Amino acid sequence: MPPTDYLEWLRREGRIVVVGASLAGLRGAETLRAEGFAGELTMIGDEPYEPYDRPPLSKGVLLGRAAPNHTELPHRLEIDAKWRLGVAATGLDVEAKRVRLADGDEVEYDRLLITTGVRARPWPKEDEARLDGVFTLRTRDDGARLLRRMKAGPRRVFVIGAGFTGSEIASACREQGIPITVAERAGAPLVGALGGVIGAVAAEMHRENGVDLRTGVMVTALEGDPAGRVRAVHLSDESIVEADVVVVGLGAVRNTDWLAGSGLGAGPRGIACDAGCRAFDFRGIVTDDIFVAGDVARSPHALFGYQFLSLEHWGNAVAQAEIAAHNMISPSAERRPHLWVPAFWSSQFGVNIKSVGVPPMGEQIMITQGSLAERRFVGVYGFQGRTIAAVSFDNTRWLEFYQRQIEKATPFPVEFATVDRRPEGRAPVDADFPDPALPTHGPMVTLSGYSPTDQQLVFHPSRH
Amino acid sequence: MMRLVVDLNRCQGYAQCAFLAPDVFAMHGEESLVYSPRAEEEQRERLARAVAACPVQAITADGLDGVAGGASDAAH
Repeated sequence: MPPTDYLEWLRREGRIVVVGASLAGLRGAETLRAEGFAGELTMIGDEPYEPYDRPPLSKGVLLGRAAPNHTELPHRLEIDAKWRLGVAATGLDVEAKRVRLADGDEVEYDRLLITTGVRARPWPKEDEARLDGVFTLRTRDDGARLLRRMKAGPRRVFVIGAGFTGSEIASACREQGIPITVAERAGAPLVGALGGVIGAVAAEMHRENGVDLRTGVMVTALEGDPAGRVRAVHLSDESIVEADVVVVGLGAVRNTDWLAGSGLGAGPRGIACDAGCRAFDFRGIVTDDIFVAGDVARSPHALFGYQFLSLEHWGNAVAQAEIAAHNMISPSAERRPHLWVPAFWSSQFGVNIKSVGVPPMGEQIMITQGSLAERRFVGVYGFQGRTIAAVSFDNTRWLEFYQRQIEKATPFPVEFATVDRRPEGRAPVDADFPDPALPTHGPMVTLSGYSPTDQQLVFHPSRH
Repeated sequence: MMRLVVDLNRCQGYAQCAFLAPDVFAMHGEESLVYSPRAEEEQRERLARAVAACPVQAITADGLDGVAGGASDAAH
């Protein structure tokens, strides 16, 4: 069948299966229908719930402004799908075009959209992770469990990891007067996402709001009582903190395990795909019938040196799913690249933090508006002489302007005049991101050189 | 019951929604928005006004046409 006839047939009576029934899966399905896909649509999701929104789980839900089991996403239109919820996909046969399910069923497809996202990275010691009172926060069940404990008036909550989720949980606890300790192995919160200059501002916010913030330390063990409830947290500086609730905020793991052996280019870093969202097989050859979107995808971005970016951002899930769905049912000449400029938000300690671009690519930062001390500012990140990202604290209305500068590759240091420029923002400073090749904690020794004669042991002092 | 979601990348804290539907939307700090993702049926009118008044069209709600290219021009 010639390609155009095939597409006509696919749009009219083909079978499209979406694996992953969360934000990206839902928006992808809606786009398929909105663009005229009239065939059979199947939605597969491992959770037993219809697609729901996750960002409120660490914000409004913990503040009691939203119920954890009532964050279902509105539907833009009726998608008329066959829903297979509460059953995970466990395997993929690319040759036979079949998805295997946990209940033994198999679902055949003509085209497949993978939106399986990520899951919370669990505490690595399994017996400790099973202690009563130890939580992760990713799903609505997690949210409901944590909320119940927070309402019961815990003596102290302990958060492992001061990333966005950890910081938001800390903020919600303080707002309700719950004592909280946060441990972060880097020198400050949010350092991985925004660098040390901004991290220092975040650290002040934690401390001013009464968070017991401990940086440059790692959690070495969780201690339980004889009844199997967590009662204390042991740290690498040999201190012990008593806590009856522990939240593990160590980031996320991509849900690609079910693709092992499928032949797709999938692994711990996600599923590689082209800018048009078509998955690569493990040889690096693009597939025709398998598309990827959302947190689990890893695709090259033309604006950022064609680096393969995987973005765990709400907006990316929406934008990439729309592109993937469009491309699934369009001829190659009408396909579009996923060129969404990365953007995210976080709300913590009453401050609205937003970012555009890719801050961790930044070498330097300039505070172009406002001031760090006032916690109302815009910081611009530069990479090799161009503007690569921006972050705002309570200054969101300016971000769109900076997004245009990023898109136009405006030179860095920033030369244009800005409203409310202060002396501190005249010169760029090191953005202070940790070297991704090195662990962020403690001193270490590495071996360099290839031949035995030039091998050298190198001592690396503690970075923070 | 109506489900709703706000695209908080798009939201710029104009707070129109918090004035028009205060039982659903509230400002938290100077420019952060918190909202209830599920609104009672009796909020429909107020919610509709909030959706329409949002200067950056960031609110999507069941049965209310918030986003450009949404349900109204769907082929299905």
